[in-house]
Amino acid sequence: MGRSQRTIIGFVCAVLVVAWLIVLPHHYGKTNTVLWAQALYIGAAAMGLNLLTGYNGQVSIGHGAFFGLGAYTSALLIQQHGWQFLPTLLVAAPLCFVVGVLIGFPALRVKGLYLALVTLGLAVLFPDLTKHYVHVTGGTNLVSLDQQHLFPPAWVPTSVSAIGRDDQWAYYVTLGCALVLFVVVIGIVRSRFGRALIAVRDHEAAAQTAGINIASVKVLAFALSALYAGVAGSCSVLIVTNASADKIGTFQLSIQFLVAVVIGGTATVLGPMIGGWLVVFVQHWISTTLPNHVSSTGTVGRVVANPASSPAIFGILLILFVFALPDGLVGGARRLWSTGRARLRSRTPPSPAPAAPLAS
Amino acid sequence: MALFFTQLMNGIGNGAVYASLALALVLIFRTTGILNFAQGEMALYSTYLVWFFASHHVAVWLAILIAMAISFVGGSLIERVVIRPVEKASPLVLVIVTIGMFLALNSITQVQFGSDAEQLPRAYPSKTWLPAHVQISADTLVLVGVLILECLLLYFLLQRTRLGLAVRAVASNPESSSLLGIPVGTMLMLGWALAATLGALAGAIAVPASQPALTAASMQEVLVFAFAAAALGGFDSTIGAVVGGIIVGVAQSLTTQYIKSLSDMVIVVPFALILLVLLVRPSGLFGTQRVERV
Repeated sequence: MGRSQRTIIGFVCAVLVVAWLIVLPHHYGKTNTVLWAQALYIGAAAMGLNLLTGYNGQVSIGHGAFFGLGAYTSALLIQQHGWQFLPTLLVAAPLCFVVGVLIGFPALRVKGLYLALVTLGLAVLFPDLTKHYVHVTGGTNLVSLDQQHLFPPAWVPTSVSAIGRDDQWAYYVTLGCALVLFVVVIGIVRSRFGRALIAVRDHEAAAQTAGINIASVKVLAFALSALYAGVAGSCSVLIVTNASADKIGTFQLSIQFLVAVVIGGTATVLGPMIGGWLVVFVQHWISTTLPNHVSSTGTVGRVVANPASSPAIFGILLILFVFALPDGLVGGARRLWSTGRARLRSRTPPSPAPAAPLAS
Repeated sequence: MALFFTQLMNGIGNGAVYASLALALVLIFRTTGILNFAQGEMALYSTYLVWFFASHHVAVWLAILIAMAISFVGGSLIERVVIRPVEKASPLVLVIVTIGMFLALNSITQVQFGSDAEQLPRAYPSKTWLPAHVQISADTLVLVGVLILECLLLYFLLQRTRLGLAVRAVASNPESSSLLGIPVGTMLMLGWALAATLGALAGAIAVPASQPALTAASMQEVLVFAFAAAALGGFDSTIGAVVGGIIVGVAQSLTTQYIKSLSDMVIVVPFALILLVLLVRPSGLFGTQRVERV
């Protein structure tokens, strides 16, 4: 199959998926639409993290902090200053970018697992910072918005689907943001900068010899991923109608982004979106659907039906998944595709296993 | 001045806890090159074991010993079953696996032992002395004593026995060790087993001394401070872990006492310390500097 054919197939698939995402609120009730919106913004944050972790090789487990920064920026602007939602994106996104640059500079000094550690500190620190600086009515760091705060602007047509006008608005804004961010990722990955990201990941010294400014590439990758997480956070305000941060929540969010990247496939364009969808829906399935299908008699049934055990099931699934498909769904599919094609092309049965090497 | 010394003693006591857990992190990092994000939850499970036996009328000291023995077996099993298959994987996969364990262990603990806050009994009477108006509690003394005991035992095991020599050989060069006939896998299991045992002891002593009750979240903040301690000391240095732990503990308690504006976000302290050290000296205070060959 030629390259142009593949492009056409890819384009048709993309159009079909986008069309499905657009008509989705007409078929699903509010609960499911909210889940899809969550999958979209988790996927969007994961796309950004994938630029940093997958393409540039910097592992972060603290992007929940940037997500929170975006969420608080939007929520506070709306609640305290009466802004509409869309303009807050114009503040939240640059703000997260700048903070990303500020944190990206010290991150230059640390690599690999050490960077994971510093960013873990970020995730743990962020909720304390909000408790210290965010004081709204109620006295805690929870900024909760009323429905009327989040009403869509007047130019938005009235409800065209089964769900309410504001729920529909929230979903479509999230979808729009996710699509724009997705297209930008494709652009970045195919650009000179995208190739620089990969070069720096694979061999810093060689990249430097080739004239790449390592510091600016790494910092820019960090800042871009922060921006993605921030926009995702802003969108989350529309969906969950509040901004809040607690230690466990921020940490878990950061982990969800990372899990989405790894499950979907690191350094693939599509992987984080699929990963984000899986993270949201598998967790939902474990905590709501699965217990209904298990009779709560017997030890296994009782354990599965216990709501406290859903993180355990998720954690174990995660480990099993990484064992089975270390390069993620997209990576695995790609491997399957290329071996299948190679077999078709050679028209011969797969060659027998080579003789065992002498020393292994 | 007495207040200063009181806070200093408290800090050293807390620091001893961080140091114990940091020692466990360092053991695992040196043997298998993994930052074990599940270390705190492993310790949490062990601590609940202590509570379980103690609430079934086993003497507390005995309960701690039983929990340590179970943790030893559990730690080696985790290495064999969960870590071995991804031994050579990328750091990202390792992070995901230990985080998966973090989620799983935390929720298994809640399912098995219930989600209520539990009172973990002390293994020693609670008491406070006041030499020259400085408060010194039995907790501090026991915490520091246990830390010293752990260090001595580890030192003896790693530096003075053939077994310890084998562990160190595997940590520094697994391939050569395996050519010399050292069972590499067993040594890696031993590293994890020792770390789990240390964690059990740290949790069982620290929770009654420094926390109002034992809950499923008991170990999460402690783990962050332990990571700070290990980063500060250098991840491959046992001495570094101890010194780092004490520094983080003292910094934490002095900040709470003297910098009121930071008292509701004490976590700034270890974070700032980690950043500072990593920026000035990425390998930590006592860690080995890495030279990369291009």
